Amino acid sequence: MSAATKPASTADALTMSGAEVVLRALKDNGVDVIFGYPGGAVLPIYDALFQQNAIRHILVRHEQAAVHAAEGYARSTGKVGCVLVTSGPGATNAVTGLVDALMDSIPVVCLTGQVPTHLIGNDAFQEADTTGITRPATKHNYLVKKSGDLARVVHEAFYVAKSGRPGPVVVDLPKDILINKAPYTEPPTTEHRTYRPQTEPDAEQIRKAVKLLKAAKRPVVYAGGGVINSGPEASRLLADFVHMTGFPCTNTLMGLGAFPASDPQFLGMLGMHGTYEANLVMHGCDVMLNIGARFDDRVTGRLNAFAPDSKKIHADIDPSSINKNVPVDVPIVGDAARVLAALIEAWKSEDAPQDKPALTAWWRQIDEWRARDCLRYRQEGRIIKPQHAVKRLYEITKELGRETFITTEVGQHQMWAAQYFGFQKPNHWMTSGGLGTMGYGLPAAMGVQIAHPDALVIDIAGEASILMNIQEMGTLAQYRLPVKVFILNNEYMGMVRQWQELLHGGRYSESYSAALPDFVKLAESFHAVGMRAEGADDLDRVIREMIAIDKPVIADICVAKDENCFPMIPSGAAHNEMILGEDQEGGVKGVTDEGKVLV
Amino acid sequence: MSEAENVQRAATIAVLVENEAGVLARVIGLFSGRGYNIDSLTVAPVDETGRISRITVVTTGTEMVIEQIKAQLDRLVPVHKVSDLTLEGPHLVRELALIKVVGKGDNRIEALRLADAFRARVVDASTESFVFEMTGSADKIDAFCALMRPIGLVEVSRTGAVAIARGPRGLN
Repeated sequence: MSAATKPASTADALTMSGAEVVLRALKDNGVDVIFGYPGGAVLPIYDALFQQNAIRHILVRHEQAAVHAAEGYARSTGKVGCVLVTSGPGATNAVTGLVDALMDSIPVVCLTGQVPTHLIGNDAFQEADTTGITRPATKHNYLVKKSGDLARVVHEAFYVAKSGRPGPVVVDLPKDILINKAPYTEPPTTEHRTYRPQTEPDAEQIRKAVKLLKAAKRPVVYAGGGVINSGPEASRLLADFVHMTGFPCTNTLMGLGAFPASDPQFLGMLGMHGTYEANLVMHGCDVMLNIGARFDDRVTGRLNAFAPDSKKIHADIDPSSINKNVPVDVPIVGDAARVLAALIEAWKSEDAPQDKPALTAWWRQIDEWRARDCLRYRQEGRIIKPQHAVKRLYEITKELGRETFITTEVGQHQMWAAQYFGFQKPNHWMTSGGLGTMGYGLPAAMGVQIAHPDALVIDIAGEASILMNIQEMGTLAQYRLPVKVFILNNEYMGMVRQWQELLHGGRYSESYSAALPDFVKLAESFHAVGMRAEGADDLDRVIREMIAIDKPVIADICVAKDENCFPMIPSGAAHNEMILGEDQEGGVKGVTDEGKVLV
Repeated sequence: MSEAENVQRAATIAVLVENEAGVLARVIGLFSGRGYNIDSLTVAPVDETGRISRITVVTTGTEMVIEQIKAQLDRLVPVHKVSDLTLEGPHLVRELALIKVVGKGDNRIEALRLADAFRARVVDASTESFVFEMTGSADKIDAFCALMRPIGLVEVSRTGAVAIARGPRGLN
């Protein structure tokens, strides 16, 4: 073949190193920010990064945080988050973040360095079997062993991360592959050979679903993170559908914001710490439409008592989520937005009338349940109730009207944030739902702030969780990210303490947060601003000051130490066996040993 | 849960996969990670280019678990197709076994007589041993091994089941 007839891409290719091919592939997949930490095996990529301006690199302080930051970035933008870490410990440190993204279906591509191909399997310095370790921690992973595969694999990683049910994908890159010349090929326009998830729902199943929904006397719409993953259009369609049917709607923890919290048809979050009305509606419904949620154990409670008299319709993009925990009557495989659009069309064209009197009676019943006011608390005296702190934070941010993103760590504060902060829009709430990763919130907030530099980004934290990734205060300082860390400090791993109080005879084994740092000084040492609210009369002032400062802030909110998070469905109990705040005296009754083994 | 939902059944599942590094580990990891049973598993490339392998896995579970297994297999990225041969109709299941029997005198004669009845072939012989090759269902091989045990069975090597649907339709 003469030089003139050679494809142009091959001719270019020979001029690019593997590292340059990787960066070009990232750019062609829309990456503008990458969260990472350098090391020996990825030095060629860092060298290539140094010589270009298209991709910005954010240097984190720990690889786990890089993945959480990419998750925050992804969740708040709808784009794929991107991570770059070195071999061995770089990759193993990233594993918690990868599993977190897997459990919560967050699209992330994580590039890991690897020892050169000829040393793989030799127990070389900083070698780990990254594809072996991350196989069950990712949606899919790759080890690139041939330069000719490099560009294709990176393109495919992005396709797999964002298609169908999103998730994390690892691409393991041996150092020789990064250094050697490699050909570049554009992202493919043809279909993937094997992975082609179904997004369009089956018309017959939609028709069956609408038939059930039209005849429903006690319906409920139960929407989850799948609606958010589908994009903002899905949330708009969800609101349209709920309004046109007049049905009540509840959201899972991951689904908060998919339906506006202020809407009169919203019941609040459901599940273990969900509202009284949401859980009783789930228990008493006769037709349930689950859209983009997965019947998680936090949501269902005891399975054999879950929504016992209902017909269930389950729409999910992942066929393996359907009939996994709960057998359903009408399975629908498809993307949430397409399913909702199809349901709306079918609802309009279905002639059967709705049972309006039954629906009115159902709402009367719901209003009775709502009247219990299950999230009521009493703020008396100077000691700040944690619920009050979140509520005031919500009210003040609402009053200020700035675009606000909330991330959380894991524990009581997370549940209070879910209960008391009203989310109006999708993509503004990032929390670790499936894996329950303490230390998620601060790095996630970092990723959100990078994507939305002018927005107000607040990590609602606990004093125990925040210490799990506190080193990221350094990243905030370096990039001048004005993230606000709002610590509900009760000096306990609160949710552990709560379970010990309710289920283990009040033996507070190792749940006290001893030897805490002075968070104000800690903030200052990281070039941030520290402040503290010790009493209820300080609270509003601290919140307002925190928001006003254009720098990272840690606000240490000293809250009541023994407050429990209610309502609560004890493990192994059913939705109608929920405990409310006023019942808490005298401990929890009816938790069997069978229930106790559940997490 | 009703009685019917708790009934266990065996399923022979054929999986066509891209023949890439780690694909078998993905399938096996799925079974161990989610606590499913593997009764047997075989794998080999089946197309002319060697790009596609066929995995035949025999498993046991309730209907709900078997549906889960198929859905979980199907969502693995390198998987082309998953087929539940047990559910989809008449199909052939075969397993190959090599069976070593050691003995002298009457036992040798008895071993040959039984092998003939089971249509096992002698593929190796010494003055005091035979290696038989037989193909058949797992039950048939079990039965043959049980008969050989008192005669001098010392070693068995089995492939696990391979299976294919009857009739003209192909899996691809």
